[in-house]
Amino acid sequence: MKAVPAFDIAKVRADFPILSARMNGRPLVYLDNAATAQKPLAVIERMDRFLRTEYANVHRGIYTFSQEATRECERVRGLVARFLNAADPSEIIFVRGATEAINLVAASYGRKALKTGDEIVVTEIEHHSNIVPWQRLCEEKGLVLKVAPVNDRGELDLEAFGRLLSARTYLVAVTQVSNALGSVLPVEEITKLAHHAGAAVLVDGAQGAPHLPTDVRALDCDFYCFSGHKVYGPTGVGVLYGKRRLLDAMDPYQSGGDMIESVSFERTTYAKPPAKFEAGTPAFVEIIGLGAAIEYLQGIGFDAIREREDELLKIATERLSKIKGLRIIGTAAEKASLVSFVLDGVHPHDVGTVLNEEGIAVRAGHHCAQPTMKRFGVPATTRASFAFYNAPEEIEVLAHGIEKVFGIFR
Amino acid sequence: MSAPNPFENSAPVKLDELYQEVILDHNRKPRHFGKLDDATAYAHGVNPLCGDDFEVYLVLDAGGTVRKVAFQGQGCAISKASASLMTDAVEGRTVKEVSDLKDHFIHLLIDATASPEHREGVGKLKFFEGVKNFPVRVKCATLAWRALEEALKGGKTGPVSTEDDAERKRELS
Repeated sequence: MKAVPAFDIAKVRADFPILSARMNGRPLVYLDNAATAQKPLAVIERMDRFLRTEYANVHRGIYTFSQEATRECERVRGLVARFLNAADPSEIIFVRGATEAINLVAASYGRKALKTGDEIVVTEIEHHSNIVPWQRLCEEKGLVLKVAPVNDRGELDLEAFGRLLSARTYLVAVTQVSNALGSVLPVEEITKLAHHAGAAVLVDGAQGAPHLPTDVRALDCDFYCFSGHKVYGPTGVGVLYGKRRLLDAMDPYQSGGDMIESVSFERTTYAKPPAKFEAGTPAFVEIIGLGAAIEYLQGIGFDAIREREDELLKIATERLSKIKGLRIIGTAAEKASLVSFVLDGVHPHDVGTVLNEEGIAVRAGHHCAQPTMKRFGVPATTRASFAFYNAPEEIEVLAHGIEKVFGIFR
Repeated sequence: MSAPNPFENSAPVKLDELYQEVILDHNRKPRHFGKLDDATAYAHGVNPLCGDDFEVYLVLDAGGTVRKVAFQGQGCAISKASASLMTDAVEGRTVKEVSDLKDHFIHLLIDATASPEHREGVGKLKFFEGVKNFPVRVKCATLAWRALEEALKGGKTGPVSTEDDAERKRELS
């Protein structure tokens, strides 16, 4: 048993300048962490310092600043590789975010490897970004998209999933954590079953990477992706992990500078991964910011993050369950720290508007997961999603805000 | 040495200007809620950003007067109450009158310089003027009207979207 280091909440909150801000005259209660996480000073200051004193383009320069910027970017690639326990830094491709990562796999892997009649399996609770790229690929290539169901708690029906797999299944694309419900999916078992059927596996870690320690080699997934801004880093940068032998066989994604080996009008040859998939100047300031974010998270430690967020989830679930007329959507045994709920007779948008006036930031809507909403028979939900820097007192403010909503609408 | 927060001193918006009793009442008990099997005009309005979704049914007589009107679907209090008050307001009016009313109403919500003529022209619908202080909610109030507009034009094959508002605003400016 590893000891969990003590968690100094006041110190951690002081690392995030925005947490002392006010919204609509009230202290900001930021409970929209599943949409995007706030930034610690470590990230803000690292990017600021790089822009002020170190900035130069990567890869091409013969001069010191460019060489140092390149070295720093590649250091972050190594850091990300260790963060995910990838076998080699060349398996880490910098993209704009999880959405681009999935589109990259659909375009560069799916388009080449899949043939008419092949099947792709997703789950019923995917984000639109892990549905629509596959639908488009299916239309283009004449593939079949199959959907694995979840039970009423929002847990994947692993048996039903297993029954969908066949010799025709070539790809399984699943989320690690549902953004709308919080369910943690058994991605290790999913991968085993999928590999047994001979299918490759993509795990969408957009909601997983911020909360769970992720070991892509233990999972044995073929692709894994996450977004920088959800792991307390900047927007505009994300990561695609892919097994090297798959990346080697894949076609390039976008084409242009940096992704080539040599270019002539007769014949162009492509660079090896990761450069093959990184055409053009990368978002290197953001990559460097992402590195600072990962180092910050490693400083806190995922054991401490997990313990803290589990506690917040437990407090929130217990407190909100006490409110008459409130129903929690998504009650999986294993959940990340978010609570999606509906209120009798009040639409989530009205909930969001009233909570906003209380300084509370939550998300209200379908969370880009309309099939999930349909599965649970609701048009939308209100979602409070927590980060390790949230305080139990903020859950109390949320509960009072919800009571105010009922005050207006009853 | 923290930077000033741009939102800190913004005037507190009054929720009771948004959720007026008339609006809450129509949200609780929407009028003309349901479907018309004998509809002569129909349209389907959606807000793709939030998933609000309403269908509007009209029975027009030969002279172009709205004899019957109904709506069904789902959405927030603002969109539902707006659809309900809209059905009250357009029943018995001619297509021309409905069209003028719609123009006044939309001006009132999206045009900062709405004239007294617009305000006077909308009757009970003036209760929605408070929505102007909640810019993200304007589309909620205009959704049913967008569908009505489409129904009067003869309807189109797909649903009409509130995202057309952005276009409309540019036209106004």
